[in-house]
Amino acid sequence: MKILVCISNVPDTTSKINFTDGDTKFDTNGVQFVINPNDEFGLTRAMWFKEKQGATVHVVSVGGPTVEPTIRKALAIGADEAIRINAEPTDGFFVAQQLAEVVKNGDYNLVIAGRESIDYNGGMVPGILASLLDMNFVNTCISLEIDGENVTAQREIDGGKETLTTSLPLVIGGQKGLVQESDLKIPNMRGIMMARQKKLTVVEPIDALNATQDTKFEKPAAKGAVKLVDASNVDELISLLHNEAKVI
Amino acid sequence: MSVLVYTESENGKFKKNALEVASYASEVAKLLGTNAVAISINATENETLGTYGISKVLNVSNDKLSVFNAKGYANTIVQAAKAENAKVIITSSSTDAKYLAPLVSASLKAGYAPNVVAAPESTSPFTLKRTAFSNKGFALTQINTDIKVVGVSNNSFGIIENATTAAIENFDTSLEDGNFSTKSTEVDKVVGKATIADADIVVSGGRGLKGPENWGMIEELADVLGAATACSKPVSDLGWRPHGEHVGQTGKPVASNLYIAIGISGAIQHLAGVSASKTKVVINTDPEAPFFKAADYGIVGDAFEVVPQLIEKLKEFKAQNA
Ligand SMILES: Cc1cc2nc3c(=O)[nH]c(=O)nc-3n(C[C@H](O)[C@H](O)[C@H](O)COP(=O)(O)OP(=O)(O)OC[C@H]3O[C@@H](n4cnc5c(N)ncnc54)[C@H](O)[C@@H]3O)c2cc1C
Ligand SMILES: Nc1ncnc2c1ncn2[C@@H]1O[C@H](COP(=O)(O)O)[C@@H](O)[C@H]1O
Repeated sequence: MKILVCISNVPDTTSKINFTDGDTKFDTNGVQFVINPNDEFGLTRAMWFKEKQGATVHVVSVGGPTVEPTIRKALAIGADEAIRINAEPTDGFFVAQQLAEVVKNGDYNLVIAGRESIDYNGGMVPGILASLLDMNFVNTCISLEIDGENVTAQREIDGGKETLTTSLPLVIGGQKGLVQESDLKIPNMRGIMMARQKKLTVVEPIDALNATQDTKFEKPAAKGAVKLVDASNVDELISLLHNEAKVI
Repeated sequence: MSVLVYTESENGKFKKNALEVASYASEVAKLLGTNAVAISINATENETLGTYGISKVLNVSNDKLSVFNAKGYANTIVQAAKAENAKVIITSSSTDAKYLAPLVSASLKAGYAPNVVAAPESTSPFTLKRTAFSNKGFALTQINTDIKVVGVSNNSFGIIENATTAAIENFDTSLEDGNFSTKSTEVDKVVGKATIADADIVVSGGRGLKGPENWGMIEELADVLGAATACSKPVSDLGWRPHGEHVGQTGKPVASNLYIAIGISGAIQHLAGVSASKTKVVINTDPEAPFFKAADYGIVGDAFEVVPQLIEKLKEFKAQNA
C-alpha cells in the first residue's frame, strides 16, 4: 500500500485571529503553525499501516517555504518522504488539482486528508480530489481498516455513525476517532534527527483553476457583558430566556 | 438559468434544514431574477416547498437512493443541475451535504463556498459571507466560476415563508453501478432524539460534572427542553460520553438557538465550535471561568444544585406554557 497524507499547515488552535492589510489577509504575526489536527489523526493512522501492514507513507503540502517546518514535523513523526508543492493555497479547488497531479504521478492507492482545515474551514479538498481522480471517498472518517483492496470504514453522521465497505483506491477526509487521542504521535529526538535526512521534494504547481478567492475578512462583533442571575433564582433565568432571548 | 437547491429528507419527511435552504434559494433566485428549483430524493410532501418560494420540485424516487450514498446523490444533483441549467446550487451544512457538495463542485467545475451565513453580498461578482477560522472570523468569498455551489450554515438564514405554488415533476436519473462502489452496511443512530446538528437547543456538560454517572440530570434537562446533549472534548476523551457528542473546534460545530454549558470552562477551542449559537448560558462554580465572557446569561453556582432546580422550574414553566 502506498499512502499519501495531505497536510494543511494551520494556526495552532489557541491562536488569536487577526487580519491585516485592510482586512484582506490573515495576520500571521506571532502565530504558531501546526499540522491541521484532522490531518494529525490521519497521519497517525498512516503510521499504523506502515508499522503493521508495511505501507509506504509520503506526506504532501501545498504551500510556500514557510510550511516546511510543519512538513518536517510529519517526517519526524515517521513519514518516509515529503513533497511540497510550491504555491499559495488560496482556493480548495486549486489545491485539490495540485494534489491530484501528485497522486497520479506517485501511484498512491490511499490518500488520507482531513475533514477540514481548521483555518479556512473549506471542507472541500478531499472530496474534490477524490472526484478528480475518480477514487472512492469516505468523509468524516472515524475508523479505517484495510485488508488487501478491501476497505471497511466508519464515518460520523448527524446523530451517530455509519459503517461503509469500499475498496482501494480511496480518499478519506479523516477526523478525531481515526486513532485514539492518546496514540497521537509526538516527534522524539531520534525522529527529529532522522527527518533532517529524509527526502523533501519541492515541485512547481501546474496551471489550475482558481475557483474562489477570499476578498475580505471580518472579526465577529464584540460581545455584550454577560447577565448574571443568582443561583437561587433560576426563575429569573427562565424568564429571561423566554421573554428577552425568546429561545424557550 | 435557475437556482437549484437540494432539499434533504429523512424517511420521506423534509428536514428542518431543507426548509431553510429552500428559503435561501428563493432569496438568491430573486436576486438573480430567476426561479428556485428544488431537487428532492425519495421525499413525500414536495408541495410544502412552495411555501418557501420554490416554484418547481424535481422529485426523484429511486430505490437505489433509499440509503444515503454521497456519489449517487451528488450525481443525481449534477444531472438535475444540467437539466435545469442551474447557475447556483445550494446545499445545507449537514454532514451528508458536506460530503456530497465537493463532489458536485468537482463534476461541474464549480467553485464552492461552505458555511455561508447570509444572502449573497453581491451577485456580480458573486460574493458570500461565510464563517472561517472556526467561527473566530468571517470571510467574504468570491466565486469566480460560471456555476457556483453554496453551502448554507445551519440556522443562519432562517426559514422564511414566501408562498408560491410548486409544480412537481418526476425526475429520472441514470445511475451506473460505479456510483455505488461505497456501500453502507450499518447505521448506528439515536432515534427519536434531537441531534446536535438539527436541535434548536443543545445542553452540554464538561469535566465539572465529575463523572459519567452524573449525566442523568443533563439528559433530563435536555429532555424537558427537547434539546440535544453534547459535551466538551475531555469528557469524550475520558469515555464519559460518546465521541459523537464532542463539540468544539475539533468536534461537531453547534449553531443552535440556545446553548447551555454546564461545568465547561470555555477554552478557546470549545468556544470556537459553539459560538455560532445565538444565545449562550453558562453554569459554572468559578466566576473567572472564561465562558462567562462569551455567554449571554450566566449563573455562578454548583451544577449539582442549580441544574435540578432548573429542571423543576422548567417543568412548571412548560406545564403553564403548553
Ligand atoms: C488541539 C486541541 C483541540 C481542542 N479541541 C477542543 C474541542 O473541539 N472542544 C473542546 O471542548 N475542547 C477542545 N480542546 C480542549 C480544551 O482546550 C479544554 O481542555 C477543554 O475544552 C476543557 O474542557 P472542560 O471545560 O469540560 O474542562 P475543564 O477545563 O476542566 O473545566 C471544568 C469547569 O467546570 C467547572 N466546575 C467544576 N465543578 C463544577 C460544579 N460542581 N458545577 C459547575 N461547574 C463546575 C470548573 O470551574 C471549570 O470551569 C482542544 C484542545 C487542543 C489542544
Ligand atoms: N495546502 C494544502 N496542502 C495539502 N493538503 C491540504 C491543503 N489544504 C487542505 N489540504 C487537505 O485537505 C483537508 C481539508 O482541507 P480544506 O478543504 O481546506 O478544509 C485538510 O485536512 C488536508 O488534509
